[in-house]
Amino acid sequence: MSIKYTADHEWLQVEGDIATVGITHHAQDALGDVVFVDLPAVGASIDAKAVAGVVESVKAAADVYMPVTGEILEVNETLRDDPSLANTDPLGAGWFFKVKLSNPAELDGLMDETSYTAFSANA
Amino acid sequence: MSANDTTLLTTPLNALHIELGARMVPFAGYSMPVQYPTGLMAEHHHTRKAAGLFDVSHMGQLRLRGPDACAAFESLMPVDVIDLPVGKQRYGLLLTEEGTIIDDLMFFKKAQDELFVIVNGACKAGDIAHIQAQIGKRCQVNPLPDYALLALQGPQAVTALARLAPGVEKLVFMTGGDFTVDTGTQKINVFLTRSGYTGEDGFEISVHNDHAEALARALLAQPEVQPIGLGARNSLRLEAGLCLYGNDIDTRTTPVEASLNWAIQKVRRTGGAREGGFPCATKILAALADSTGASGTKGTKKRVGLIAQERIPVREHTELQDGAGNRIGEVTSGLLGPTVNQCVAMGYIDASLAALGTPVVAIVRGKPVPMVVSAMPFVPTNYYRG
Repeated sequence: MSIKYTADHEWLQVEGDIATVGITHHAQDALGDVVFVDLPAVGASIDAKAVAGVVESVKAAADVYMPVTGEILEVNETLRDDPSLANTDPLGAGWFFKVKLSNPAELDGLMDETSYTAFSANA
Repeated sequence: MSANDTTLLTTPLNALHIELGARMVPFAGYSMPVQYPTGLMAEHHHTRKAAGLFDVSHMGQLRLRGPDACAAFESLMPVDVIDLPVGKQRYGLLLTEEGTIIDDLMFFKKAQDELFVIVNGACKAGDIAHIQAQIGKRCQVNPLPDYALLALQGPQAVTALARLAPGVEKLVFMTGGDFTVDTGTQKINVFLTRSGYTGEDGFEISVHNDHAEALARALLAQPEVQPIGLGARNSLRLEAGLCLYGNDIDTRTTPVEASLNWAIQKVRRTGGAREGGFPCATKILAALADSTGASGTKGTKKRVGLIAQERIPVREHTELQDGAGNRIGEVTSGLLGPTVNQCVAMGYIDASLAALGTPVVAIVRGKPVPMVVSAMPFVPTNYYRG
């Protein structure tokens, strides 16, 4: 089990060929209070880097990109009712969706925690 | 830090903002606090229930002086300046020759021959140049760059401020005067008005730059008061139905299109004692007469309030359509209103569709979001009228 990060400030926790995806602490901090999350449809197949959803804060809307190609297995319905979970627990209860990886090799192009920490510090 | 940041101006409260943990952003050429660590939502709620302190020193302050100052200033706006009593404040609109809005502003009559004017930060250089060019020969036009501006807003603002400046509690909405704030260690001279831009009771306080930080610290030391950023100022003013210059009004909109008819006093209207006499008066007075009809004029636009029927923020520039998919207008400001707990917006739609209750459709990322034309303000205002 490992956590990977994208340059668009999403995280993925990978177990086998399934990844749980959310936005990073850095992303939620930059967005401010999250008030709405638009999640993808379960069953949808989405390419890496395509828009998978939208997160809206009181200030602005931001696209959520698909970190890897795959099929949406599940979305976090709790987040629809309480979008603030993306702020209070971005790497836990504030997860966005689970995806079945089509091409696990795509994970190699993502950052590990050390790289992401350095990257986001300069973002 | 980008190269542009080095060119940003700072207010006299800059060090205090940073000390308080503010997130600073470029705004109107200044580095300004958009929020403090508690965040926009908490800051918004605090202002509605207690008192919030805003640094609005980026705004422009100026003084117009001379026996002809009021008449001269009145010639630039469709507003009654001459008959405004000494000691009172009013909302005004600087107009282009086409009758569109250069800026919205607040002016206060300090004496029959002296006006104190507050203009928007992003507009101040242009406003001062415009006023100077138009009426600079009729009166003295003096910018006041040595003065900071603080806004203390919320139902407990008066309690907090009256502790330091007894007497302010006697002011009613849109009045003001010179006061002394006793911080305990020093006495600070200020000019303040009981007004603001949040829909709440409160004060705007003009203070010399040298004393701005001491005043801010004294206010923040009051138990009711928290620092509030520009983010919450935006959500508060939108809930209050107040326009943001550059979003909701600009040089493409006239006062009538902007539903600011209330800002045009009777004395300047058709049949009034000083009818017209402002830029593009003929056209604006004709539109004003027409807009009092049942449904406005087909083909003209009108600013309206909108409430989304789903919990999806509808942002500026979002297209508005009628039920048949025809484009009928555009949103100019929109967000989740923290107090109303609904997604609210204002925007322009065809005047024939502007009646309250009219359903419209906003196209958010390609998805239709139903909205309803709604009365503003979205929250009841809390002004103190005595």
